[in-house]
Amino acid sequence: MSTDITDDINRDTGDDFASGQVNRVGDRVFSGMSRGAGLVILVTLAGVALFLIWRALPALTADPSEIGPGGSEGNGSGFLPYVGTLVFGTVWASVIALSIAVPFGIAIALFISHYAPRRLSRTLGYVIDLLAAIPSVVYGLWGIFVLAPAMAKHVYPWFNDHLGFIPFFSGKVLASGRSMATVGLVLAVMILPIITAISREVFLQTPRLNEEAALALGATRWEMIRIAVLPYGRSGVISGAMLGLGRALGETMAVALILAPANVYSFKLFTSQNPNTIAANIALQFPESTGLEVNTLIATGLVLFAITLFVNVMSRRVSRGRVA
Amino acid sequence: MSVSVAHLTSDEMVAHHFDSPPLARRATAAIAGASMVIAVVLSALMGGVAPARVLAIGAVVYALSIYVVSRRVEGRRRGFDRLVTTLVTGAFLLVTIPLVSVIWTTIDRGSARFDSAFFTETMRGVVGAGGGAKHAIIGTLIITGLAALMSVPIGILVAIYLVEYGRRNRLSSMITTMVDVMTGIPSIVAGLFAYSLFAVFQGPGARSGLAGAVALTVLMTPVVVRATEEMLRLVPNDLREAAFALGVPKWKTIVKVVLPTAIGGILTGITLAIARVIGETAPLLIACGLAQDTNLNPLSGRMTTLPVMSYYGYVAPGFPPEAGYDRGWAAALVLIIIVLALFTVARVIAKVLQPKGLR
Repeated sequence: MSTDITDDINRDTGDDFASGQVNRVGDRVFSGMSRGAGLVILVTLAGVALFLIWRALPALTADPSEIGPGGSEGNGSGFLPYVGTLVFGTVWASVIALSIAVPFGIAIALFISHYAPRRLSRTLGYVIDLLAAIPSVVYGLWGIFVLAPAMAKHVYPWFNDHLGFIPFFSGKVLASGRSMATVGLVLAVMILPIITAISREVFLQTPRLNEEAALALGATRWEMIRIAVLPYGRSGVISGAMLGLGRALGETMAVALILAPANVYSFKLFTSQNPNTIAANIALQFPESTGLEVNTLIATGLVLFAITLFVNVMSRRVSRGRVA
Repeated sequence: MSVSVAHLTSDEMVAHHFDSPPLARRATAAIAGASMVIAVVLSALMGGVAPARVLAIGAVVYALSIYVVSRRVEGRRRGFDRLVTTLVTGAFLLVTIPLVSVIWTTIDRGSARFDSAFFTETMRGVVGAGGGAKHAIIGTLIITGLAALMSVPIGILVAIYLVEYGRRNRLSSMITTMVDVMTGIPSIVAGLFAYSLFAVFQGPGARSGLAGAVALTVLMTPVVVRATEEMLRLVPNDLREAAFALGVPKWKTIVKVVLPTAIGGILTGITLAIARVIGETAPLLIACGLAQDTNLNPLSGRMTTLPVMSYYGYVAPGFPPEAGYDRGWAAALVLIIIVLALFTVARVIAKVLQPKGLR
């Protein structure tokens, strides 16, 4: 009750109640400063959108022949075809990453919340958080020097030989391993911590009585998890997956370093024909770009911003629907 | 609780738990041992006994055989339970492999150039071997420091507004939404924003340390807001009410009572936010460019940070390329050490400064 009363007083009378008559100036300055900081957030975000749109406009209004590869000689393809493969690559890489990371994320969250000894669970959570702390450029270097060659030598050929009839695994395996599969794996490792962290949180919040009721009925540990923990945590897992997706969509350096890109639409995982992602394309092209090329890259950045915004809004909608 | 255990009659459950003897520890150990032996034989047949292959095959054989054996001895449900336990544990162990591999590779390859020259020399005029990261370390400190200087006060003030002043009003719910949106901005988009913003003042093509700091501020502020907000909400209302009752003005209550109570958590959040942005590469690639020499002026000229240097160490290694690769890995190693140190500091702060009431 006391909380509500204070809230009401604060809301109704502003600072007056707490401050009395003596120090009103201090209160006014402080509340003004904090409100000002809040407005800075709004202005910044509006600024991000406006500046991107403003700088992207020249590319969107220019003659299509000036945009894209060969644009400087008037042989460009136009903005939509240019951004098309990039959007495809961005979404495809993220989907691969998500389809690997979500099952692992759920399993690891369960391991930490319900399988590992209680005393260890904090430390294990810390170990997984460390994965999130490693800078993306380090993942990129690791991907090129360690993961890509190892996978191209030991794993991809096996899938290619035995499961090559599935279109994803067909084609000629790129010997360097710098293909979509490697990118998907590295992205999966990078988004795993956030999916794990959020799933773990909701799994731990499962009402103890539900779990004990299931066990008392004679359920095994897995049956208890299936009937008590997973249904309770479903929306948390989904919102965690959406947040991970948002992160995978925007991830730049690991993709820029690892992928051998081509300007194509392709679902094949192991070949040299890999669609690039928006973020990696910007990172690779921007330092050497001038004039209209810069505007084109900023326009692709705007598209990426819109995609991630959409994903984040959806994930918030899911998590708001969660029963607290 | 729509899913129920109705399909299992209670008799069935009791029967499973009390009639069938549980698999002894010794039996599972024996199955594990046998699985490894089978794995060695199988991998020899498949061409070569490599440790990684033996372990991978062994894990699969173990998961299958423990399922089959347990199913026969303990029943279908216990068998499946054991299978899930094995899979979940296996998933965790599998994921520690990339973590260990990344850290080990960075230490292994980064130590080649982890020498005193690396910390005292710059890349000015260096084409092949030699050179160092002094300029990048200084650049990292300047850019991250500026970003922290901008985002920490703003972030804390926003959190104070959300928790102490703007409870439930329209502006505060708008700010909360916008902070959420800001959290999801891809780092490269933040870089493009900073570039576009500074192009207005300094003309197109301008790169500067301050532009990079602005990009990092966009990424860091929402993290600080989130962490601070969470900690302020944990401060018990009784403390505020006690201060109000003593006639303390609201702003003084916040500064002298609320913030000190939450300071441990706030500092932890700030440290983690710094750890997050210090490894950012993409926005700085856009906004700061690459410099070969120390630049102490964040207002103009290109400035390099450790992650950007690490990136160019691979992309433009010079000749012979090995020297560039080694420098890139050494920069990565310094970066990882910094990030892990920040992580540890954050945990120590959280432990030491946690107020007794919130423990």
